[in-house]
Amino acid sequence: MTGLVMMIGTAKGLFLARSADRLTWRLSDLMFSMNAVYAVAIDTRAKTPRLLVAAASEHWGPSVFHSDDLGTSWAEPEQGAIAFPAVTGAALERVWQLQPSPSEPDVVWAGTQPSALFRSEDRGEHFDLVPALWDHPHRPEWGAGFGGQAVHTVLAHPGDAAQLTVAMSTGGVYRSTDAGQSWTASNSGVAAYFLPDPAPEFGQCVHKIARDAGNPDRLYLQNHHGVNRSDDGGRTWTSIADGLPTDFGFAMVAHPRRADVAYGFPIAADRERVPPGHACRVYRTEDAGASWRALTEGLPQRDYYDIVLRDGMCADDADPSGIYFGTRNGEVYASADEGEHWTQVAGHLPSVLSVRTAVVG
Amino acid sequence: MTRIVLPAALRQYANGASSVELDHVDGASLAVLLDSLAAGHAALARRIRDEQGELRRFVNVYVGAEDVRRIGGLSTPVPADGQVLVLPSVAGG
Repeated sequence: MTGLVMMIGTAKGLFLARSADRLTWRLSDLMFSMNAVYAVAIDTRAKTPRLLVAAASEHWGPSVFHSDDLGTSWAEPEQGAIAFPAVTGAALERVWQLQPSPSEPDVVWAGTQPSALFRSEDRGEHFDLVPALWDHPHRPEWGAGFGGQAVHTVLAHPGDAAQLTVAMSTGGVYRSTDAGQSWTASNSGVAAYFLPDPAPEFGQCVHKIARDAGNPDRLYLQNHHGVNRSDDGGRTWTSIADGLPTDFGFAMVAHPRRADVAYGFPIAADRERVPPGHACRVYRTEDAGASWRALTEGLPQRDYYDIVLRDGMCADDADPSGIYFGTRNGEVYASADEGEHWTQVAGHLPSVLSVRTAVVG
Repeated sequence: MTRIVLPAALRQYANGASSVELDHVDGASLAVLLDSLAAGHAALARRIRDEQGELRRFVNVYVGAEDVRRIGGLSTPVPADGQVLVLPSVAGG
């Protein structure tokens, strides 16, 4: 391991942090100033790593940029990377997710607001709409929460490119087993307490899904009240919230190599969006959600009122894995030992919306 | 020539220039003028209008001294020797 890069997307731009040892980090100046950066990605599949950033200006609209020199320079196609076709009548408001495919070398998926899925076959330079999800008969009933109506999670299957899973707020989980040509709502066991029917086919406000490292059919889900696991690729879900102090939260991260290991950042409740006990605690399970343990060493344990948003937590690809999270109040913490000990990387940043870290050689 | 005057934030998409001059048929609409802009400066034009051709919500465009949203919108006629001013509205926190 010779170097890592951390991308920190905030409400007012992007920061990069570099480290050789994961103990000390050098923070860049602000890039893409006054652009909200809801999605970042570090594509390490090719020899030259590529950084992707989705930057949305309140004034000038959204764009997706790429960099092949670790952020020294950025480029975007003249016509833009993502645009809704004229026939849709829709316009891109924001990109919520950029996800390099684990099974197709040049493919990058993008989840957008309004809720749609886009596919790139040139590592994130140009994207095309996936029509079947846009044309889904449920779409008129997908709702918008405070953050807007968006596909914010895209999970491609590591061994089968035909299997795709997306999550949206609101709407819930949708799966495709034919490379995106058809989609099925997949929310059995995921609650929607805010609807008259608390167990609808769709309409849930799923916040994030993560895929287990050992079993690709095992998924972890942070719901808008509820923490769930699926062992059948998302067809059915069961609660794994009993060992947590609360079942509300936004982030959910699976360990990149260890089976049955996942991380979350519980929040007291929908109507009390501060950490339970007013302490900064990451929770980790090592048995697929049967039990959870609070990870607190190095994190503030008193008078703490900050939270982690849905893409504000990530794991790196080193061994042992580093775990990272950024907060709504602009703090960034890192652990080089899978969450046992934490150090603060940055503070006083704008609200952190997205964090990704990877070894870049 | 019709001149489109750019705010500082958009000049990077016009090679640093503070304005762009375009041939424009006298009285043709603002939409036509912005189509001409898109033909040569796509990255600039899509920061003023979205992919469906609508003015972005927090972008204000003036033909002469008139805010086009108060008159004809994108149908507002633009003189061949006119000036169009693009300004960001007050927004954000």
